[in-house]
Amino acid sequence: MQNLYKTRPLKMWQKAKELRLKFFKDIQTAKENGKTLVLVDSGSFIELPAGLEGHACLEGHPYGATVGMDLDFARECAEEVEARGYARDLCVYTRNFWGSMFRNRYYFGGEFPRPDFCIKRSLCDTESKWLQVCCEHFNMPSFYIDFPLYPDRRTGKEDIEYLATQMSDCIEWMEKITGQKYNDDKFIHAAHNEFRTTSLWAEICTLNKAIPAPLDQKTIYTLYFPTVVSRYEDDTVHFYEELLAEVKDRVSDHIAALATERCRLWDDGIPPWYFLKLYRYLERYGAVVLGSIYTYTLHGAWEDQPDDSWGRATTPEERGMPLKTRDDALRALALWYLEKPIYPGMCLPGPKSEQLLRIIREWRIDGMMMHMNRGCEGLSLGAMEQRLALLKAGVPVTVYEGNSADKREFDENQVLDRLDAFMESLGMKKLDS
Amino acid sequence: MLDVFPKQFQSRHDYAREWKARHNREVIGYLCTYAPEEIIYAAGILPVRVLGGHEPQDVAERHIPTMYCPFSRDVLAQGLLGRYDYLDGLVDGFTCVHMRNVFGSWTLNIPLKYHHYIYTPSDVRGARVKPYFAVQLGKFKESLEAFTGKAISDSSLDSAIDVYNRSRRLLRHIYELRKAENPPVTGAECIEMVVSSQVMDKAEHNKLLEAALAELQSRRPDRETGIRLMMVGSEVDDTEFVRMVESLGSTVVIDDHCTGSRYFWNEVAPATDRLLAIASRYMDRPPCPQKDVQDTRFRFEHIARLVKEYNVQGALLVQQKFCTPHEFDIPKLKAFLQEQFGIPSLFLEVDITIPLGQFRTRVEAFLEMLQLQAV
Repeated sequence: MQNLYKTRPLKMWQKAKELRLKFFKDIQTAKENGKTLVLVDSGSFIELPAGLEGHACLEGHPYGATVGMDLDFARECAEEVEARGYARDLCVYTRNFWGSMFRNRYYFGGEFPRPDFCIKRSLCDTESKWLQVCCEHFNMPSFYIDFPLYPDRRTGKEDIEYLATQMSDCIEWMEKITGQKYNDDKFIHAAHNEFRTTSLWAEICTLNKAIPAPLDQKTIYTLYFPTVVSRYEDDTVHFYEELLAEVKDRVSDHIAALATERCRLWDDGIPPWYFLKLYRYLERYGAVVLGSIYTYTLHGAWEDQPDDSWGRATTPEERGMPLKTRDDALRALALWYLEKPIYPGMCLPGPKSEQLLRIIREWRIDGMMMHMNRGCEGLSLGAMEQRLALLKAGVPVTVYEGNSADKREFDENQVLDRLDAFMESLGMKKLDS
Repeated sequence: MLDVFPKQFQSRHDYAREWKARHNREVIGYLCTYAPEEIIYAAGILPVRVLGGHEPQDVAERHIPTMYCPFSRDVLAQGLLGRYDYLDGLVDGFTCVHMRNVFGSWTLNIPLKYHHYIYTPSDVRGARVKPYFAVQLGKFKESLEAFTGKAISDSSLDSAIDVYNRSRRLLRHIYELRKAENPPVTGAECIEMVVSSQVMDKAEHNKLLEAALAELQSRRPDRETGIRLMMVGSEVDDTEFVRMVESLGSTVVIDDHCTGSRYFWNEVAPATDRLLAIASRYMDRPPCPQKDVQDTRFRFEHIARLVKEYNVQGALLVQQKFCTPHEFDIPKLKAFLQEQFGIPSLFLEVDITIPLGQFRTRVEAFLEMLQLQAV
């Protein structure tokens, strides 16, 4: 292999792994530590319970993905759910989560934790129905926040009010069912941290425009995890501040994620978690995968920059919005959520095509690989149109089929053959052959 | 008289073209029954529901994932094949993921003069959804006004609400007749009335319904009712399939799907704030599973009422393959019907075309079991 750049391990790697494990352990030990356990969907509004006296959030998506890495455990979960009459083509995270819940087995050991209440929202057809069954299983109360989804950034006064008042209702509801007095200061601090974390993450991802890229997608899957599960916590903000400094250093020192970087690829969809080595396989061609809309924007805050490029969003505080009262925080948070760039693409196919074309230009991408993930219909919305849009713009695209967390729907050899053909079509050869 | 409905439905494209020429006005398609048709109608535009063709196709899969439901792929194929080339516009709301893909693909690939997306709340029973949905309807109304260059007056909205409520009332009357021991109308005939109402000018369709109602009130059924079935699902507009079921010693006496009762069950309660009144009607209607997200499953409560009122003996759970919202509900619904009412269900997963022979065998076995149970 001919190295073109220097590389070195990421100093923050171990810390990222620790934060990840802490999240799952906090859930496991919530009850013994006297914490309220709140069931939520894919990281939505996790700042709201922060005003309670000690809590942990049980989020289904990260759990479902983690289970997906253990083939035996995932298969047992799937079979349990299917035996109860549910379709095999339902969201795979739902099936992994339900399977654990029905079997009363938490992946990290012991019984499946019993949440105290649930906060629901619906971005796809799955989330609210998934949690509906959980609420019935645990006989626990829930609060639904109706999130308005638009194909463009819709931040009119009535949209912000609609979301903010529902969140306010949710706080009052939590006070009622827990009997606790809600702590506004803690909530405001959590909102502040949310803004910092998600903005910092976008800034870190922006640094991947550099050649050589300082980060690669397989690493990013671990690095982005705290944005999903703990973005309102001080530890998380500190982690991303330190990570930003380190990645800046890597860029200025030309430290590559992949020393042999010759080809830059973009990724689409959730990966097959049990087969992340496909990223290492591509490295044999000198191909580095820079990221995906999923990892960059699920909880990254982005906006247009003065030079028309895409970069981190200015936080509400930086825009001069007050953040002193509960209402201030609710409105700032509502605006922040409504502005998240992943949502228009989850509404209709067109917006994501535009985002992808912009990324291809700014991150200097040579081609894209798309995982047609049978395990997630929500993020598959518009995938075929996006493929066509990229091809029309002259961007090479390859598609492979699979399932992000159900290996029964994944053909390893077929996928590798497809990737080989794609790399050859890009004029790349394996560096080790 | 009832023969007119399937004929109208079969010739729906000719009808829409002829209507357009006759009125010199636009035709707008809608993809889901949560679209507020009254507002389109008040603008002087003909709203028509875009439905599939039940024919094999090979054009949609370039644009929509194969794991999306056959109905969505069929609907998109109809557009790509030019079957709806008379449409001036298309409307969809925040309904299911699959139909949103159809809406997006249609607007990207098929020329239209107008299209509009209406955010439609998911938590339809939420405390704050109605005023917010009314605001979205206001934006929709404004966009139609910009499209036609003509304001939609309150009196136009009132007239449209009247016409649509009349349609709903007539269909409810006809459905009431199905409670009888020997219903004078079959399930297939009812679906034909409903789907033809979705593709016709409601004022014209109401006249047909009035005549049908008059005829039905004195009609003596020339067939045995047999087992009284309920049909539950999403879109069940394949009447050949329903006729097959009813040819085996059964009658579909009630349904809960969006080509049936879910489409017309409740009326707009007239109010000074017309848009809020319309918004309330759509939020209060019998829900699609995608909109039944609270822990109290009010969809099941509605189905329970139907089961009792229509004296149902068995249920056909007809699901479009890959339809996620229904996939989530069906195991629970199956258990609910069995445990609460002792009603067995037969689950049938449908595709663009239906394997009538295989389904016939399964339905026959199901009916035999119910007949034994009845004895």
